[in-house]
Amino acid sequence: MSVRKRTTVVSSVLLAASLVGSMLMLRRVDALRTGATLEEVLYVTSPRTVKRMSLGYDGLMADIYWTRVVQYFGRQHQARTRRFDLLLPLLDITATLDPHLIVAYEFGSFFLAQQPPEGAGQPDAAVDFAERGIRENPTEWRLYYHLGFIHYLERKDYKAAAEAFQRGSEVPNAHPWLRTMAAAMAQFGGDTRTARFLWQKILESTQDKLIRANAVKRLRALEVDEVVPALEARVQLYHQNNGHLPASFPEMIAAGYLRGLPRDPLGYPYKLMPDGRVEVESPDDLPFINKGLPPGRQPNFLYIPPPAKK
Amino acid sequence: MTSRIAWIAFNTFREAVRERVLYNLVFFALLMVASALLFGGISIGVERLFLINLGLTSISLFGVLIAIFLGIGLVFKEIEKRTLYTMLSRPVRRWEFIVGKFFGLAGTLVVNTFFMALGFYAALFYLARTLTAADASLLVAIYFIVLQFLMVTALALFFSTFSSPVLSALFAFSLFIAGSFAEDLRAFAALSQVGSTRWLAIAAAYLVPNFSALNVISSVAHGHPVAGALILDNTLYALFYAGAALFASILIFEHRNLK
Repeated sequence: MSVRKRTTVVSSVLLAASLVGSMLMLRRVDALRTGATLEEVLYVTSPRTVKRMSLGYDGLMADIYWTRVVQYFGRQHQARTRRFDLLLPLLDITATLDPHLIVAYEFGSFFLAQQPPEGAGQPDAAVDFAERGIRENPTEWRLYYHLGFIHYLERKDYKAAAEAFQRGSEVPNAHPWLRTMAAAMAQFGGDTRTARFLWQKILESTQDKLIRANAVKRLRALEVDEVVPALEARVQLYHQNNGHLPASFPEMIAAGYLRGLPRDPLGYPYKLMPDGRVEVESPDDLPFINKGLPPGRQPNFLYIPPPAKK
Repeated sequence: MTSRIAWIAFNTFREAVRERVLYNLVFFALLMVASALLFGGISIGVERLFLINLGLTSISLFGVLIAIFLGIGLVFKEIEKRTLYTMLSRPVRRWEFIVGKFFGLAGTLVVNTFFMALGFYAALFYLARTLTAADASLLVAIYFIVLQFLMVTALALFFSTFSSPVLSALFAFSLFIAGSFAEDLRAFAALSQVGSTRWLAIAAAYLVPNFSALNVISSVAHGHPVAGALILDNTLYALFYAGAALFASILIFEHRNLK
């Protein structure tokens, strides 16, 4: 082997070893400095300073900060932490950099509004943020919709929700169902049917894959939350009439209590437990459900069931 | 006269396209545009916005770097290589040399921007699988970026007429940053109570290039239309400003002792 070839081989091996070594060390350093990267970014906490530092390219900077919001929220959410201290400052910077970044108001207010550990548990701040979005973009009817949604689901303020939907319905080119929502809020004060209506409309009104997937999951959860209590009521009816719990759903079908084998939205048959409870086959595939969970398992819900109709 | 300027411009263009730094910067700009497709994927709901913002920002920033890096050596190199003396010994006037150099580099930047814009639109097409009429409005932002290049080129050339490449780069880049704060300078001038400070601030605000008016990237990314009056006014402003920097270059170069 010539000297040059030997040098090439040795250098290549050392290069690969050094790269692997640096990667491994960086992983160790990251493990020691959890969350440090983001904290460093927030050494600049003033939105106006960040705007000036962007040298006029504030649109790109806003996108970068919005991505940081998403990453930060995702990381905290994954860690099941109840603290989202940087969420509001990051959103503030994002909105200052680009006051027309609608998606930041839509999702940001939602991230803020949800109860921990699903969100920051700051529904009032979420309302302020959504109102800020509306002030900057008064013709974006979707922002009124999100505002109404926060009032409805997180603050249980149905009057404010109805107001928000009503204001949104007055925006030119607003979707007609905003008016329906305003009326529904005023009339019912919130129920599962309204929640289904909201998620269905989200599903129909967006092309974003993530939002659509989320809406589908929530609609499935709503279905499960409606079906499971209904099935359990049938089981109890069977118990009352026959003096014992049914052993299986086919037994109930044979006795005329059910028309067919009940299946969850994913197509799996519901499970009838020996104590008369009904469970879903695969709770991991049905996030956000409140009913049909195995004992001891906490609901992973973002949706809070509204109080019973008055 | 026109043929001499065209000849210098053509040679400047030919010389510029031989520079490796040019291809490196264009390559990095296109790389940034392509990477926007990946960045958008780690966020929510901003794929297109991210591509437009990052794509146009890359075109702008890398174009400014090209303008500065090529512009600062335009006069200095000719003096250092002594080719300037050969040129000026022919019937070429000094002002023709400066104007020719400006058009040569401006032409290079326009061609570069054309290719970077092609790459940008290709990425946009890749993302959406189609191009709509609304995408044409992004051309206004690209046009403003070209106007910005004309101003930066003129400034780089101006510094190149009396300073070394390193200092010229420093001055031009500092002025580019100061130009991003032009509106703050004007606001400062308006707030100033003391007469001399006020006039100095006003003078500074008008002397530094106002790049913020030329930056409509964020606006077009949201699909907001750009007023025709703004297009006309910005065009005239950029032409006047570049013209002023060019005439100042001519003045300095005419009186410079080249011996």
